[in-house]
Amino acid sequence: MRTRGRTWATFTKNKSALLGGCTAVLVALVTILAPFIAPHDPFAMDARNYLASPGGRHPLGTDRYGRDTLSRILWGGRVSLAVGLSAVGIGMCLGTSLGLIAGYRGGLLDLAIMRGVDVLLSFPGLITGLMVMAILGPGLVKLIVTIGIVLTPRFARVAYGPTLVLRERDFVAAARSIGSRGSRIVICHLLPNILGEVLVMGTLWTGTAIIYEASLSFIGLGISPPTPTWGNMIKDGVQFVTFSPWLSIFPGLAILITVLSLNMLGDGIRDVTDPKLQV
Amino acid sequence: MIAFVVRRALLVVPTVLVVATCVFLLLRFAPGDPAVAILGDFATREAVEALRAKMGLNQPLWRQYVDFIGRLAQGDLGSSLVTGAPVSAQVARALPHTIALTLAGMVIGLVAGLPLGILSALRRNTLMDYLSRTISLAGLSVPGFYVGILLMLLFGVHWKIFPVVGAGNPGDLGDVLRHLFLPALSLGLLMMAYVTRSARSAMLNVLQEDFLRTARAKGLAEVAVLSRHALRNALVPTISVVSVYVIVLIGSSVMTEIVFSRPGLGKLMVDATQRRDYTTIQSVMVVYAAIVAIVNAVVDVVYGFIDPRVRYD
Repeated sequence: MRTRGRTWATFTKNKSALLGGCTAVLVALVTILAPFIAPHDPFAMDARNYLASPGGRHPLGTDRYGRDTLSRILWGGRVSLAVGLSAVGIGMCLGTSLGLIAGYRGGLLDLAIMRGVDVLLSFPGLITGLMVMAILGPGLVKLIVTIGIVLTPRFARVAYGPTLVLRERDFVAAARSIGSRGSRIVICHLLPNILGEVLVMGTLWTGTAIIYEASLSFIGLGISPPTPTWGNMIKDGVQFVTFSPWLSIFPGLAILITVLSLNMLGDGIRDVTDPKLQV
Repeated sequence: MIAFVVRRALLVVPTVLVVATCVFLLLRFAPGDPAVAILGDFATREAVEALRAKMGLNQPLWRQYVDFIGRLAQGDLGSSLVTGAPVSAQVARALPHTIALTLAGMVIGLVAGLPLGILSALRRNTLMDYLSRTISLAGLSVPGFYVGILLMLLFGVHWKIFPVVGAGNPGDLGDVLRHLFLPALSLGLLMMAYVTRSARSAMLNVLQEDFLRTARAKGLAEVAVLSRHALRNALVPTISVVSVYVIVLIGSSVMTEIVFSRPGLGKLMVDATQRRDYTTIQSVMVVYAAIVAIVNAVVDVVYGFIDPRVRYD
């Protein structure tokens, strides 16, 4: 209990982590509550009020069909955040399992898994994602799975290193000597020890996943209109960038605020959990 | 050292082969018939069959694979499914644009990021440190293409100083450079964010080392302590981290090329995806794999020069 108290105290002393955490919670709340707080229907068109400047009835202006930008950002955030979190969930489950198995079992299996991971890691995630989405075609579930797969080798790397060290420790030998099966050792003894690090990286890479979603939707390979996401809103706005620049600027700011808060939070948690950095 | 370079160079081939195989399998096992995807749902059965024959899809899988790899080995990237033009020629036209963009972005990132990160570490917890940390964290938190759009708005639309579309007239160096500036700056700012962060943390680590205390104790001037002892040792880990981000930079160059309509490799790839030009997608992916593998090999060799410990593992 005392350790937990101290950890919490260190965390709250780290102002940027606290700010990041609060902002991330706020962003999540605002997007979850979009149906109740959005001033307009995100799909409602208003032919007389298209490309309106920010202000008045439309605080952030309207797009080319007269749809309210603020409402679309709030609703789009639901999609962008959902994609980010689900993709990280998939990558985390798959990648951590692969890293744990490779690290614990060793031998040929280790070699096969980690070589594959290295090849995938040496490739830019965005290009892998582009390639897979080009073949599968746009769509919400396809996008989530694709980004999840892109993140999988990263999580495998994070899980693999500590597992190699942990499997030599006495408590693992003790568990084995009382007859625990490999699967039990991995799940009950190794996983809890690496979970902290995996979750920190999960926080940071949720931001990465949101950026991937935005990039792929911007190219037209992510989520197609009319469903708003921050990425395809920027794409829509870019065509009117000379007269209505805010159409692209505002959704981009939403991405910046969200990913920045996740990065500040992730960095902060890492500072707290990594004793080496507490100088 | 030569053995190390040769061994590292030879490793490029299997990496490219693995990626080529993955791309090949992915395209073959993708849901739906590529021929139908290209021609649309209303195409006649004869048209689909003709296209399948032209694409070689009627042959057994191993045969298609052997053909594909065999042609790759001879440097033949096939021809575009849509235009019929050889992909190699298109790649040859696009490649210089992508290389120029990525290199320029890297240079801008290093020139701006290294001093910023080092200063930030030396003046730790001052206003300057907070500023540079905020800037670099913001740079990591924003999609590269968004930075491109903002630069385009500011310099291209608002002030009209720099052109924002295309790569310029190839015969006119000044024109080419002017077209290169904004895309390179948008990639460079991204790179700067990475470089600043890694240079700062590397420098902070070195500053705690005992050998700096020794250097100061023997009465060495602070400038010499920092430049000869601290900086040199901080550069080694920085370079290794930066090399990882070169790969990220190659990925981001795709988005930058789209925003600024630069006729590079990324634009070739994205245009091909929009036209469902599967042979072009397949070939451009292999070219990217080759670039990435070569960059990784070069980085390893450079790193081997700087840090002799690496060579012997």
